[in-house]
Amino acid sequence: MAQVFIASCPVCGAEINLTDPVVREVVECSDCGTELEVVEINNDKIVLAEAELEGEDWGQ
Amino acid sequence: MIEAAIIGISGYTGGELARLLLIHPEAEITYASSRTHNGKLIGSVHPHLRKLLNLRIQSFNPEKISDSCNFVFFATPHGVSQTMIPQLMDRGLKIIDLSADFRLKNLNTYVHYYGRHTCPELVKKAVYGLPEIHKEEIKKAEIVACPGCMASASILPLAPLISEKVIDLEKIVVDAKIGSSGSGVKPSRSTHHPERANVIRPYKVAKHRHTAEIEQELSLLAEADVKVSFSAHAVDTVRGILATIHSFPLREVTEKELWRIYRKFYGQEPFIRIIKRREGLYSLPDPKTLIGSNFCDIGFEIDEHVGRVVLVSALDNLVKGAAGQAIQNMNLVAGLDETTGLFFPGLFPV
Ligand SMILES: NC(=O)c1ccc[n+]([C@@H]2O[C@H](COP(=O)([O-])OP(=O)(O)OC[C@H]3O[C@@H](n4cnc5c(N)ncnc54)[C@H](OP(=O)(O)O)[C@@H]3O)[C@@H](O)[C@H]2O)c1
Ligand SMILES: [Zn+2]
Repeated sequence: MAQVFIASCPVCGAEINLTDPVVREVVECSDCGTELEVVEINNDKIVLAEAELEGEDWGQ
Repeated sequence: MIEAAIIGISGYTGGELARLLLIHPEAEITYASSRTHNGKLIGSVHPHLRKLLNLRIQSFNPEKISDSCNFVFFATPHGVSQTMIPQLMDRGLKIIDLSADFRLKNLNTYVHYYGRHTCPELVKKAVYGLPEIHKEEIKKAEIVACPGCMASASILPLAPLISEKVIDLEKIVVDAKIGSSGSGVKPSRSTHHPERANVIRPYKVAKHRHTAEIEQELSLLAEADVKVSFSAHAVDTVRGILATIHSFPLREVTEKELWRIYRKFYGQEPFIRIIKRREGLYSLPDPKTLIGSNFCDIGFEIDEHVGRVVLVSALDNLVKGAAGQAIQNMNLVAGLDETTGLFFPGLFPV
């Protein structure tokens, strides 16, 4: 059976539901859009952290 | 069934009311008036409504209105509804006024910004029609005074931070930009195409009329006097408002805390979206994504360098800034779900 985890976005605090997550999987927060990486899964808890991203530069 | 009259049908908010009421499942337009288009079909004044509304424009007649309607919308310039509404009272009609006539509770403030008021006693009956702030009062109102478009774009983003006492009440700077439909259908030198096209024009950088209602509403929320520095600019779009607001927190705030405050205040509000993303083209609100819709998008950014919280809000001045909000109010007064006939996205791209 699929296992659903509830985590909190480390940037904006939004609740994020993940089904059968795997470590190093990258998911997007639906509120703030931050790319989050699953860094740890133990029992019924998962830990998310901001994924490394290239910043954008609009110049001027 | 709602049977609606639109007074001032020939203007831009009148046309927008007609467009939105046309697709509303619980409402019908049964009366429309203007002084200069008597006998014409609505579609001959508003080309996008041709063949969709088989209703002729008449002159203002209180008896006919009370015979055929239960809601009356005023889409007229300030100074007009205050002379007409007294003729409609005690007829069981609900009034939704888009003009400034009944927005300001303090008569002296009204006189200062707009001039004479002929029925100040009726102002007490009116409720300021910002549903996100006054929902319960609106449901019981006889007269709803819909906010100014730039006032909505200013009050909505500031309300949560003021209610939670996060920011300095005397240091609030609103820089608003608005498209040409904000100044109505009547042409003038400043709206003439050679003058209006390509502008980024500061048109009222101090003493703008909307300052009064913004301060009125924010002071109520703060339970203290709030002062707002408001500046407006005309930009080269037809619809849309973008407000960039500079506020100064009284203590250190974090991004997560601001998210929590905005979620708490607006989490249940169908027409408010918190738009704040780390990356990308539309990471903050942009009126381009809202045209034709009743949403007000709100975003924020903390500037630790100077201890500032920048708020950004966007809406379509003719919809959430005027006709859409008026219909949201109508829904509430009529006991309908406030999203009835209004829950659709903007046109994109435009
Ligand atoms: N445009 C916006 O973005 C916006 C947003 C929020 C609120 N508002 C407010 O909504 C109201 C209408 O704005 P609008 O932009 O739609 O204005 P508008 O395009 O200039 O239209 C005004 C309408 O009122 C009628 N009118 C003008 N003077 C009148 C008078 N003395 N007696 C009776 N009718 C009169 C005009 O028709 P006739 O000349 O044919 O009679 C016209 O139909 C204003 O109070 C405005 O402040 C506008
Ligand atoms: Zn998030």
